[in-house]
Amino acid sequence: MTASTIPAPTGGADRLVVKPPKAKEQRGWVRPVKYLLLLFFLCVVLMPAYVLIITSFKGPGDATPDRAWLLPREWVFDGWTQAWQQLAPALGRTFSMVIPASLISAFVGSMNGFVLSRWRFPGADLVFTLILFGMFIPYQAVMIPLVELMQGLGVPSGVPSLIVLHVVFGLPITTLIFRNYYAGVPQDLIEAARVDGAGMLRTFASVILPISAPAFVVVLIWQFTSAWNDYLFALFFSNSRNGPVTIALNFLASGQLQNYSASMAGALIASLPTLVVYIVLGRWFVGGLMAGSVKG
Amino acid sequence: MHHRLKRFGPPLLLISPTIVLVGVFVYGLIAVNVNTSLTDRHTRAPAEGYVGLENYQALFSDDTFLFSLRNLLLYTAAFLAGALFFGFLWAWLLERGARGEGIFRTIYLFPMAVSFIASGVVWRWLLNNAQGDRASGLNRLLGSLGLDFLQTSWWTHERWGILAIAMPAVWQLSGYIMALFLAGFRGVPDELREAARMDGASEWRMYRHVVFPQLSPVALSAIIIIGHMSLKVFDLIMAIAGQSNYTTQVPATQMWIEFTRSDYALSAAIGTVMLLIVAVLIVPYLVATYRQERSR
Repeated sequence: MTASTIPAPTGGADRLVVKPPKAKEQRGWVRPVKYLLLLFFLCVVLMPAYVLIITSFKGPGDATPDRAWLLPREWVFDGWTQAWQQLAPALGRTFSMVIPASLISAFVGSMNGFVLSRWRFPGADLVFTLILFGMFIPYQAVMIPLVELMQGLGVPSGVPSLIVLHVVFGLPITTLIFRNYYAGVPQDLIEAARVDGAGMLRTFASVILPISAPAFVVVLIWQFTSAWNDYLFALFFSNSRNGPVTIALNFLASGQLQNYSASMAGALIASLPTLVVYIVLGRWFVGGLMAGSVKG
Repeated sequence: MHHRLKRFGPPLLLISPTIVLVGVFVYGLIAVNVNTSLTDRHTRAPAEGYVGLENYQALFSDDTFLFSLRNLLLYTAAFLAGALFFGFLWAWLLERGARGEGIFRTIYLFPMAVSFIASGVVWRWLLNNAQGDRASGLNRLLGSLGLDFLQTSWWTHERWGILAIAMPAVWQLSGYIMALFLAGFRGVPDELREAARMDGASEWRMYRHVVFPQLSPVALSAIIIIGHMSLKVFDLIMAIAGQSNYTTQVPATQMWIEFTRSDYALSAAIGTVMLLIVAVLIVPYLVATYRQERSR
């Protein structure tokens, strides 16, 4: 996933998990054909993963093209050691960039979402639409002045710059997800707090925040993966000595020597954190995907 | 007046940091970038003066840039067609429920958690252009299946090389489109299907006239999501072909090349062209969303 993907509305979040429609008995030949197709596509989708894994364990003895698709004759870890040595520092930097960036943009997004859906002011829809535009723009359209602005502000290249950028350009999407989530909160809850004399901030802190956990999980996963997988900002705002893992991986993989076992091991190492998040929190992840594109 | 301030002051205050940040980083910088594109700033040094639309004229009379625009169009058409086709098909296969549905869903969707840089590593291997005895990757696989005649030079092909880059993109995003369509399928009320069956409609006619029409909003968001991602394609090309490969040039790679040459005016002009292309797709969508919100 990239920073530019848009998620869809939380309204649909659980539909996937909802039971499928009551099926009329499918005709005799439909079922086997369905499963055959499903399995065929399963193999197609898994094929690149198979290649990544087997190639990462191959040594020089397996380098000939005729062994390209075969399991390694001998399982060696040289590729993995080399990839780990080259990527480890960048992995640490990526964590220290992605975690604060996701937390800050999620928190600000939740305040925005609350204001835009439940504590509105005149022109709120226009403001929301104008904010939303920021998530669709190609960042190339602001890149040159952005480079100079960041230099002008004195934000150091590498992790600090990338935190600022992922927070700022993450605001539209986090605002969108929270706004859609809060739109489903009954107005009565907020009115009740208002009648009790609670102001906006107290309503937010005591009524809204406590029920926001599901949206926070979705937003944090979303921001974590898109910042982790970002390459464009990393290319303009860091280098191979202070940059995140995408930069380090591309550096490793595009070397002159074309060491495929090290690059493939590197690709697996660089993808592991987002894959773990995806497998452990898969249900939420799908919720995140559903959380915003289609209205209603 | 005092009452309005008391009522609308706090929400405006809470959202003002975002308004300022998005105002400066999105709208302000777009304006500065457009301004730069109208100058003769072909170095890092400040511009000496305005040159009107000269930079745009230079771009649109440059064969490489025109080729990159054509590539972008081809890539977007292929990416859209592929991701919508497979996403729809997979969702349709799964919508009635299947044994192990969770596994199919998880595996179809997993490529999305991976960065384009990491998937680029394996796809560069798969799309290796060597053929015959020296073939590896997909060409080797095709050869061993007796499909030698399908071997091609993939992304190094002079005319259609860009279409090879759409393959990994389709591989990564079809699962996402599947998730959108699956939620759409499951959002169709059971009663509608039942009513069609009671009327004696065959399964196919039931899908054709009852279920599919309900999916058009999903299809529209899928087009918006894939379309705007596709028009910004950059990471995949950098990872698979590199910035200087001619057959896979797109505006984003050219923007980066001009930036590394410090031709800020030309680079800014390419960024603006990209923004205009994306705006053609996004602005109508945002305007429609805005109207819909207002009428709620």
